[in-house]
Amino acid sequence: MTRFITSSFSHLILFIGILIMVVPVWMIFASSTHTSSMINMNGLQMFLGDSFYENYLRVLLYQGGFFKEITALKMFFNSFIMATGVAILSVVTSLMAAYALVYYRIKHATLLFWIIFITILVPLELRIFPTYSVMAELNLVNSYFGLIVPISASAIATLFFRQFYKTVPDELLESAKLDGANTWRFFVDFLIPLSKTMIVAMLIFMFVFGYNQYLWPLLVTTSEQYWTVVMGLKMMSGSIVHRFAFVMMSMVPPILIIIVLQKHFIKGVFQDK
Amino acid sequence: MSFLDLKNVTKIYPNGTKAVHETSLSVDEGEFMVFVGPSGCGKSTLLRMVAGLEDITEGDINLDGKLMNEVDPSERDVAMVFQNYALYPHMNVYNNLAYGLKNRGIDKQTIEQKVNDAAKLLQISDYLQRKPSMLSGGQRQRVAMGRAIVRNPKIFLFDEPLSNLDAKLRIQMRLEIKKLQQKVGVTSIFVTHDQVEAMTLADRLAVINNGIIEQLGTPIEIYDNPKSLFVAGFIGSPQMNFLDGNLKNKTLSAEGFEIKDINSDHEGEVTLGIRPEHLSQTENGLINLKVDLVEQLGSDNLVYGQLKDKKDFCYRCPGNQTIEKNSNLSLNIDNNKYYIFDKSTGKRVN
Repeated sequence: MTRFITSSFSHLILFIGILIMVVPVWMIFASSTHTSSMINMNGLQMFLGDSFYENYLRVLLYQGGFFKEITALKMFFNSFIMATGVAILSVVTSLMAAYALVYYRIKHATLLFWIIFITILVPLELRIFPTYSVMAELNLVNSYFGLIVPISASAIATLFFRQFYKTVPDELLESAKLDGANTWRFFVDFLIPLSKTMIVAMLIFMFVFGYNQYLWPLLVTTSEQYWTVVMGLKMMSGSIVHRFAFVMMSMVPPILIIIVLQKHFIKGVFQDK
Repeated sequence: MSFLDLKNVTKIYPNGTKAVHETSLSVDEGEFMVFVGPSGCGKSTLLRMVAGLEDITEGDINLDGKLMNEVDPSERDVAMVFQNYALYPHMNVYNNLAYGLKNRGIDKQTIEQKVNDAAKLLQISDYLQRKPSMLSGGQRQRVAMGRAIVRNPKIFLFDEPLSNLDAKLRIQMRLEIKKLQQKVGVTSIFVTHDQVEAMTLADRLAVINNGIIEQLGTPIEIYDNPKSLFVAGFIGSPQMNFLDGNLKNKTLSAEGFEIKDINSDHEGEVTLGIRPEHLSQTENGLINLKVDLVEQLGSDNLVYGQLKDKKDFCYRCPGNQTIEKNSNLSLNIDNNKYYIFDKSTGKRVN
C-alpha cells in the first residue's frame, strides 16, 4: 500500500512536470489555428480553431523580408541545408581526426588531442570577428559554404569517437591486417560500422546544433536569400497567429530527427556493447 | 633451407626491454611447432614477429624462401588465431570467414565454396548467419580457426587460443586442433604457457625462458632429457623434485643419501632432479618420505610429503596403492632416472 502511495506521488510530480512543459506549447499551437482578430479579442486559446490550413499555408509561402525575397519555405530549406551540412561535415572530420589520433603513430598525439579539445573553450561567439574576416577574405559571405564550414569542427564529437576507438581491442586491427585490410579498409570496414550508433547520435547532436545557430548566420548573410529559420523567428513581423504558426513549424525538424533516430541516439550516447 | 627460418632474431622494445635474444629456429613444412614458456618469456613476441605484427630489431625471418623482415603482415600469407579470437563483432560468421578472401579479390562463387568447405570441416555450417556475440566460447574458437583455414595460408599461428575456454572444452579443442592440423597439413606454430598442451600438440617444441630458447626437441626428448634446470622444472606434471647436493669423485651426496658411480666428471654444488613418477617403494630405499597429503586422481595417487631436511617432495604411484597420511615411505629411484644440474649455471651435467 505504501508503495502504491509513493509511486502515485512520484507519478503526480512527473505529470505536473509534463503539464508545465507541454501546456504552453499546446496553447501556442491551438492559438495558431484561430484568426488573429479572435486572439486579439479573447487572448490565447486552449482549443483548436478552424484556420489551420489558411494560417500555415500563408506563413510558408508569404514573401517576407525588406526586399520581399524570402519565404518561410526557403528558410526551412536554408536551415535544413545548413544543419545537415554541419552534421555531416563535423561527423566526417571528427571520425577521421579521431582515427588519425588513435591509430597513426603521431608524436604527441595526446597533446594534440587536448589542444583540439581546448577549442571547446573558444566558442564561435569569441572568435566571431576573425572568423568573419577570414570568410570575407575568401568571398564566402552569403553562401552555404560560409554558413556551414566555420562551425563544423567539433571537439566534442572528436572526443567521443576517440574514446570509442580506444576501447576497440588491438587484436581486431591485427586480425584485420592479417586478413589483408589496409588502413583505409580498416576504417571503412571496421571502425565505421562499429561506431554506427555513435555516428547517428553525433549526427543528431550536430544537426540540432547547426539548426539552432543564430549569431553566425546573422553575421555571415546579408542577402535575405540565406536567412535561416532561427533568424526568421527574430525577423518575423505580421499578425500574431502567423508568428505562432512559424514558431510551431520551427520546432518540427529537430523533433522529427529525434523521434526518428532516438533509438540509435540513446544507444550511442550510453554505449552498451 | 627449411620452410620457416629464424636467424638470430632479436627484439628490443623502444623502452630498452630485450624480449627476444638472438633466436634461431627452423620449422619444416607441415610441422606443428609449439613455443612454451612462462608468461613474459618472449614466446608471443616471437610469434608476432613471424606474423609481422612486431618489427624485428635484428636478424632475419625467411618464410618459404622469401625474406619477410620488411613484408607487410597482409602480404605474408600467414593466418593467426588470437587468444580472445578477435572475431569481427559486426559481421556474421560467414563474413568473418569471407573477409580475408574478399580483400584478396577472389570471386564470389569461390569464396562461397571455400567458406562452406571450411564451415563443414569445423562443423559451424549451422551458425554462418549468426553474429559472434550469439556464439558460445567453443563455437567462437571454431570460427577463429575457420577464418585461418579458409585462406589456405602458408602458416598458422596460434597465440594461446585455448586459454579462454573451460577445462573440458580446452581438452576437446586441443584434440580437434591437432586432428585438424594433421588433416590440413599446414605448418603451424602454437604458443602456450601450458606444458600439457605443449606436450600433447607438438611435433617439436621450443621451451623458451627470458627470450632464449632453452631447449628444442620432440616432447619426449625434452621430457626424457632436459638440458637445463628450467626445462626440467617446466616440463612434467607434477613438477620434478629438486634436491641440493654435492658432486665429487662421481659420487653425489645429498641430505640423507648418496648416489655412487655417476656418469659425470663435474664437481661441486649441484641440484638433483627426480621426477615424481620415477620413484618406487622398496625396503631400505634411498629416500625417506613422511607423507603429508595424498591426492587421489583415480588412475594415480600424488603423494606429497617432506624429507628429513623438511624439503617438500612429491611421489606418484599407481591409484590402487593405499597410502596413509603421516606414514613413512621408503623410495628408490627407478633405473638411474635422475638428473643432475650445475647449481650456478643450471646446465645439466650427467
